[in-house]
Amino acid sequence: MTEPLLSIEDLRVHFHTDAGVVKAVDGVSWSIGPGETLGIVGESGSGKSVSALAVMGLVEVPPARYESGRILFKGRDLLTADDKERRAIRGKEISMIFQDPLTALNPVFRVGHQIAEVIQAHEKMGRIAARAKAVDLLGEVGIPNPRQRAREYPHQFSGGMRQRAMIAMALALDPLVLLADEPTTALDVTVQAQIMDLLIRLQADRGTAIVLITHDLGLVAGHADRVLVMYAGKVAELGTIDDVYYRPRHPYTLGLLKSLARMDQRRSDRLQPIVGQPPSLIRVPPGCPFNPRCPFATDICRQEMPPLEPKDGPDHLAACHHSDQLALQQSPAAS
Amino acid sequence: MTDQAVPAAPPVGEVTLEAGASGFGGAETQAAAVGGITRQTQFGNVRRRFLRNKLAVVGLVMLTIVFVTAVFAPIIATHPPRAQDLNITLQGPSAQHWFGTDELGRDVFSRVVHGTRIAVTVGLASIFLALVIGVVLGSVSGYLGRAWDALIMRIADVFFAFPLIIGAIMIILVVGRGVAPVIIALGLFSWATIARLLRSSILSIRESEYVEAARSLGASKWRIVTRHVLPNSMAPVLVYAMVSVAAAIVAQASLSYLGVGVPPDVPDWGNMISSGQKFFGFKDYLWFFPSMAVVFTVLGFVFVGDGLRDALDPRLR
Amino acid sequence: MGKYVVRRLLQMMLVLFGASIILFICLFVVPGDPIATSQGEGRQLDPSTRAALERRYDLDKPLPQQYVSYLGRLSQGDLGESYVYRRSVNTILKEKLGNTAKLAVAAIGVMLALGISAGILAAVFRYSFFDVLVTLSTTFAVGVPVLIIGLGLQNVFAINLRWLPLQGQSAGNRALILPAITLASLDTALVSRLMRGTMSEVMRADYIRTAYAKGLSKRVVMLKHALRNSIIPVLTYVGIAFGGLLGGAIITETVFNWNGIGLALVGAIQSQDNPIVLGAVTYGVLVFVLVNLVVDVAYAFLDPRIRLE
Repeated sequence: MTEPLLSIEDLRVHFHTDAGVVKAVDGVSWSIGPGETLGIVGESGSGKSVSALAVMGLVEVPPARYESGRILFKGRDLLTADDKERRAIRGKEISMIFQDPLTALNPVFRVGHQIAEVIQAHEKMGRIAARAKAVDLLGEVGIPNPRQRAREYPHQFSGGMRQRAMIAMALALDPLVLLADEPTTALDVTVQAQIMDLLIRLQADRGTAIVLITHDLGLVAGHADRVLVMYAGKVAELGTIDDVYYRPRHPYTLGLLKSLARMDQRRSDRLQPIVGQPPSLIRVPPGCPFNPRCPFATDICRQEMPPLEPKDGPDHLAACHHSDQLALQQSPAAS
Repeated sequence: MTDQAVPAAPPVGEVTLEAGASGFGGAETQAAAVGGITRQTQFGNVRRRFLRNKLAVVGLVMLTIVFVTAVFAPIIATHPPRAQDLNITLQGPSAQHWFGTDELGRDVFSRVVHGTRIAVTVGLASIFLALVIGVVLGSVSGYLGRAWDALIMRIADVFFAFPLIIGAIMIILVVGRGVAPVIIALGLFSWATIARLLRSSILSIRESEYVEAARSLGASKWRIVTRHVLPNSMAPVLVYAMVSVAAAIVAQASLSYLGVGVPPDVPDWGNMISSGQKFFGFKDYLWFFPSMAVVFTVLGFVFVGDGLRDALDPRLR
Repeated sequence: MGKYVVRRLLQMMLVLFGASIILFICLFVVPGDPIATSQGEGRQLDPSTRAALERRYDLDKPLPQQYVSYLGRLSQGDLGESYVYRRSVNTILKEKLGNTAKLAVAAIGVMLALGISAGILAAVFRYSFFDVLVTLSTTFAVGVPVLIIGLGLQNVFAINLRWLPLQGQSAGNRALILPAITLASLDTALVSRLMRGTMSEVMRADYIRTAYAKGLSKRVVMLKHALRNSIIPVLTYVGIAFGGLLGGAIITETVFNWNGIGLALVGAIQSQDNPIVLGAVTYGVLVFVLVNLVVDVAYAFLDPRIRLE
């Protein structure tokens, strides 16, 4: 792997609430190189979006607090950068799209204006030129009749079109990194595929690195180079798609794979859900946070948090005391 | 006017949903199932949230003082409120006359105490009248819809277009001055908002999912209306009514001040402020004490009303 | 759009019509003798003068007929003639209307400028000292009636500090300050509360996060994206507040002896000068209904999701 473009090192983001301390991100590290796609997978409440929001500087402090860590972008630690510097990066060099395109666009401004706004915020460009560029971008993301559509309001767009408009906005200034937080979750299945195709096409054109945050393993399998599995604010497993799908070394990853519906599945192989509920991030169980739901759990799992260590290769990391036992199991993805 | 002009109805939030569950086995069991160990009732929740709000509790204490004063006015007052003594006119506050005496030598404290009776009576009675009219017309409008709705809402528009004071003045011109006319006047010009609030909240609740659910379970129309729609639509209305009492008390004092309220010899706060203004800048205690009585009472109602609103719908905080 | 405005105008006529009935009934069944009262107490009128006056004011005709001719004149903008001044109501009220408008505009200015900015600051710096201050002061402002605020301000700024005139209009714009603040007090408090509430809600919206994600400054995000969305309910409130403002103007004008419609109304009620009363209230209702129409149309401009139909 080449020099990483963006890397997060031992990041801890804790939210101090009335109910207690929510450890949304608790010692997480990942990195991404130019043009690469990193998938971040986890259940809702696993803290998977928070590290992306932290990169953007969109985590509200307080209630949040950065307990430790660095966010290195082109060698500069963003956590120590001042507001002005971060603002210059936001939307220009690193941008983000969100889960719900219905609410992510401001209802009272025209779509074209909202795209032109990000251009004008970062570049010395006149209103007319920015508008024209916004229209071009809308055309590029596949919105028919972009000149007229740019003059419309978000409520006149369908869900898929709004997400296209969000993508146009995010990619307006050719950012190096795009953080895509559940970009297709709120959309119809057919539209999901179109949006993903669009992202891949734009990525190929521009060489953008994409962090694809999702709960959908299938989506990651189809589009990511590497995948990070998160559980309860911690990294469970990290590796290439092949590593993680065919040689999972964490029981949680295995559980996720087993619960995945597959087209070629025989009807007798019932889906196997992971038993139990993900823990509340206020009261994470001691030891390995997955131990109450884990079929492999032993005493050590209830006492000691397993370190994130290389397993069968330097780039395949997992945090599990019993990785060796898992190596004996066949991955459901391999069947 | 269209519905847009309706004052923002306190959105029917969490409380609605909780109460909505009552149709399917009672809010208590529902809440107990969700809440786990503690058995919670909707009323208990509201009361707990209300009592946690310091300002609301202060308001409750203030209102208690006001009501006790109104009921026991003759015992609390140190002098008869109409007793004149021309030897002691316009004396400042003293041990004998706590709030001083007015230009006829009447004890200001005793008059303020007796004024509480008028204020509380007018405030409560006029809003009770407004509630009766508003709830009846609002429900008819919301349930029956169509021509009834159109007719009632246009009538409400007409009444709504009159500022409270102006409307009240008109009525008092017809019926004459006095406590009863003031009550009728304020009641007649306060119902329109209540009817609109009730109507719009009935309309939204009628379309809500839990009413739909009750309907699909085969609940009768009567049951839906009495068990689901009315109780849930009443919450914003009652909160509004609480604040309206305050508004009525203010309007009542203002009417007296303008010389169209209760007759001038009645110990009433507005009358006292009005006659005290003759000595403005010299004998300021004359208008100050009755003014403070108005402020105290009104704030009591506002605090309790706000507290009630927040307790009923915690999202608004 | 045009259709909506026409429909609203028709609805407005209906409201005015209804209001005129209520007004007319109230005024003309009032016990007493308006002719005698308006000519001064104790003055004996000889029967022929009296009959002439009654003819002049249509008082010799039956009530329904009086109403029809009143309505006929009203539809042409003629509000009749004052019993007391024997001059056209329109002429008398025109001057006073200007004074009241001056007061109302100043009050709305205070209410919007102070109410909105206090609300924004309280929302942006939520739970700060300033927020607590705004919350507390608005709570109290809601509880203190216009009348008492007026008296209090007079006492402090006119009598004790002698900074501003006590009453009347002779001091020009300086005379406007206290009455405008008095009239605006309640609504300023309510506007800032409403602004704080809607703004805090809007600030949690997804599109605000998007705006930050674009790299916009906090100032732009707050003053453009958040404000534009939260101002809409506030604007609607201003329309409603107008009714209260008219009522408050009566008290304010009385306290400050401000020669406007409200003061004219109170005087006319006392002298049973019914045409003036009718005229003043008609103006009030008309303005209220018109302002609400304007607010509704403005609403549609500010919120593209609303379509007027």
